Amino acid sequence: MSTQPEQLAEPGTLRQQHQREPAPVAAAPGRRLEALTPYLFLAPYLLLFTVFVLVPAIYGFWISLHSWDFLLPAKPFVGFQNYTSLFTEGSLTGFNFWQSMRATWTFVAYSVPLLLVIPLLVALVLNRSFPGRTVFRAIYFAPYVLGVAVIGILFRFLLDTNIGLLNSFLGALGIDRIAWLSEIPWVWVSLVGATVWWTLGFNAIIYLAGLQDIGRDQYEAAEVDGANAWNKFWHITIPGLRPVLVLVTTITILASANMFGQSLLISQGAPGNATRTAIMYIAEEGLGSFRMGNAAAMSYLLMLFLIATSLAVFAFFRRWED
Amino acid sequence: MHNLKHPAAIDRRTFLRLTAGAGAGVALAACGGGGSAPVPGGAEQEGAAVASGGEYSGPAVELAFWNGFTGADGPVMGDLVEQFNSEHDNIAVAQNTQQWADFYASVPTAVTSGNGPDVAIMHIDQLATNAARNVIIPLDPIAEGLGMEAANFPEEVWNGGIYNDQRFGLPLDIHPLGFYYNKDLMEQAGLDPDSPPQDMDSYMAALEAFKGEDIRGMWVSPFLFTGGLSFEALVWQFGGQLFSEDGMTATFNEQPGVDALTWMRSLVEDGHSPANVDQDADHIAFQNGENAFHWNGIWQAAAYRDTDGLNWGVAPLPQIGSQKAAWAGSHNFVITSQADENQQQAAGTFISWIIDHSLDWAAAGQVPANQEVREDPEFEELEVQSTLAEQLDYVQFPPSIPGIGGVIDPVMVQGYQVAILGRKEPQKALDDAANQANQLLEENRSQYGGG
Repeated sequence: MSTQPEQLAEPGTLRQQHQREPAPVAAAPGRRLEALTPYLFLAPYLLLFTVFVLVPAIYGFWISLHSWDFLLPAKPFVGFQNYTSLFTEGSLTGFNFWQSMRATWTFVAYSVPLLLVIPLLVALVLNRSFPGRTVFRAIYFAPYVLGVAVIGILFRFLLDTNIGLLNSFLGALGIDRIAWLSEIPWVWVSLVGATVWWTLGFNAIIYLAGLQDIGRDQYEAAEVDGANAWNKFWHITIPGLRPVLVLVTTITILASANMFGQSLLISQGAPGNATRTAIMYIAEEGLGSFRMGNAAAMSYLLMLFLIATSLAVFAFFRRWED
Repeated sequence: MHNLKHPAAIDRRTFLRLTAGAGAGVALAACGGGGSAPVPGGAEQEGAAVASGGEYSGPAVELAFWNGFTGADGPVMGDLVEQFNSEHDNIAVAQNTQQWADFYASVPTAVTSGNGPDVAIMHIDQLATNAARNVIIPLDPIAEGLGMEAANFPEEVWNGGIYNDQRFGLPLDIHPLGFYYNKDLMEQAGLDPDSPPQDMDSYMAALEAFKGEDIRGMWVSPFLFTGGLSFEALVWQFGGQLFSEDGMTATFNEQPGVDALTWMRSLVEDGHSPANVDQDADHIAFQNGENAFHWNGIWQAAAYRDTDGLNWGVAPLPQIGSQKAAWAGSHNFVITSQADENQQQAAGTFISWIIDHSLDWAAAGQVPANQEVREDPEFEELEVQSTLAEQLDYVQFPPSIPGIGGVIDPVMVQGYQVAILGRKEPQKALDDAANQANQLLEENRSQYGGG
């Protein structure tokens, strides 16, 4: 604070500063600059963070306290009503919001374990040396580069109940038509399956990087001690992957909780609104019906849930470390 | 959100046409089959407009014209704009086309900042919402100055442009739902392919005949496109309305709605439709020759024309209920709140010119709203358009209530959907949806100040 006294506006303040700590300012300007260095490096990011995250977040909270349509002159202040209405029995927004939250957590519960385990298995295989390894690494990662619109249309045609490829194959095997896109639980199988196929390559690559960080010598030492494959996996690989696991678990939960495109394009929320996720409903409410106050309040609630979940993940892994 | 639902699917040919650019416009209009000859009636009307003082004669202005014509219709409109520009030295119109979903999201913000369109196209059921949100301005003086009046248009579409006793839209076209039928399948089932059934008894008899041949006669889609649109048409056919006259309450759960939904559900239960029809599967199955009778918008005719080996015809919707009715949408011209006085006048001239020249537009696959254009012998030659235009006496549009889009699609259609999927009984499904709709209508009223 006192490093750049010439910028302080009031001479009085300046004098007080000098009275309190006169020596360092005059004596060691170089060391002061050194102390500033990390902040200077952080400044560009901090600026972007402030402009594009912090300010909109605070503004969003302000919006959530109003009945807000940016085009209407009247934006009446409603206090916490947008929040309380979400907890009021018989409120339509509340009903829809919790239904969409249920859909969101259903998707998280089905998709996250698969997205943690399957990519790990893929990474373990791809970490071994065998001919064509690079090709297979590319193949498993390839779907991830596709956009969600491509994935959506692709799976809609593959999974169509009456004219889709999958049911046509199943029919040839004598299996009845399955309503992949419009019946519970099949629609969840479709959404989770499409997402796992689409994104497993990303998690696998992170796992692979983690696996390559584990020293060969540890495995060799274990072999000398007579450890079998399972012992090595459980006592060397998994602990060695711990930091990577924290990362993968957290980002996978967040990504699954923010699922939007797959539901919108593949199932369109069907049947009823059973697969309409929270983000989908928030977008509908805010950008479709222009009730941005409501939408902002729901976003904040969703954010609180996600923060709590992330903290729980960190706590779990910290305990595991101990 | 609607880009996938709105069946303006871009096939390869359309894509090539679009990428061919505006320069190829003349050839494209010829492709449409309607010819690009000047419309005699149109020229006369234009003269009348000048006489009444409606023609813009001020300093040179530029008009930004936005629309969502991303299909084969885009280049046709671009062509008309070019022709208009060449005939008007003091008005320069620049067209901007984007997906409808993006269009409705971006226009309000763009207009607020003054970087949006001065004149635009909106669907008739979007007018009230955008009027209430001050995106578009009343057009009564402009319409009067141009001599545009009720007599030139079907009553429903003319009145559909009115919100709060003021006119906000001038109708360009009407795009009704139609009844497409597969002639080969009809012959296979021993039916006369030249006389598609037009009443309940013959329609059901035809479906039974298909069933005898192991053909699914009519695939029922549980989504807005096209099952939801068919449901709306049937509610009207059974003598009902979707909402009360004052827009205060949902009425789609009254007896006509239940009758309509029960009939549609029975098609699934009786095996005339497969269960769990997915989005667009009804349309694709029609193209594949697996769906014999298909209700879809006039905008799909081009897709069927382009389908090799599909021997199809089109007719007005059959009368299933107690009276004739059909769902229709309508493209309307609007002027936005960013346009200044001169631009408003110039936009009026532009709008009236395009509406008078809408025969070319009709060739792109629409029914012109303008009566004089529809009476043109050249329009009679457009078979699909003139056949479906027979429904104009009884077509209905979604009601003019602000925020109604957010009530019909997510709420009413969800109620319809759970019944078609067999998850709830029709009455229960519609009652639940109506309860939700009534809450939303009330919220909309407080949001838009009573409407």
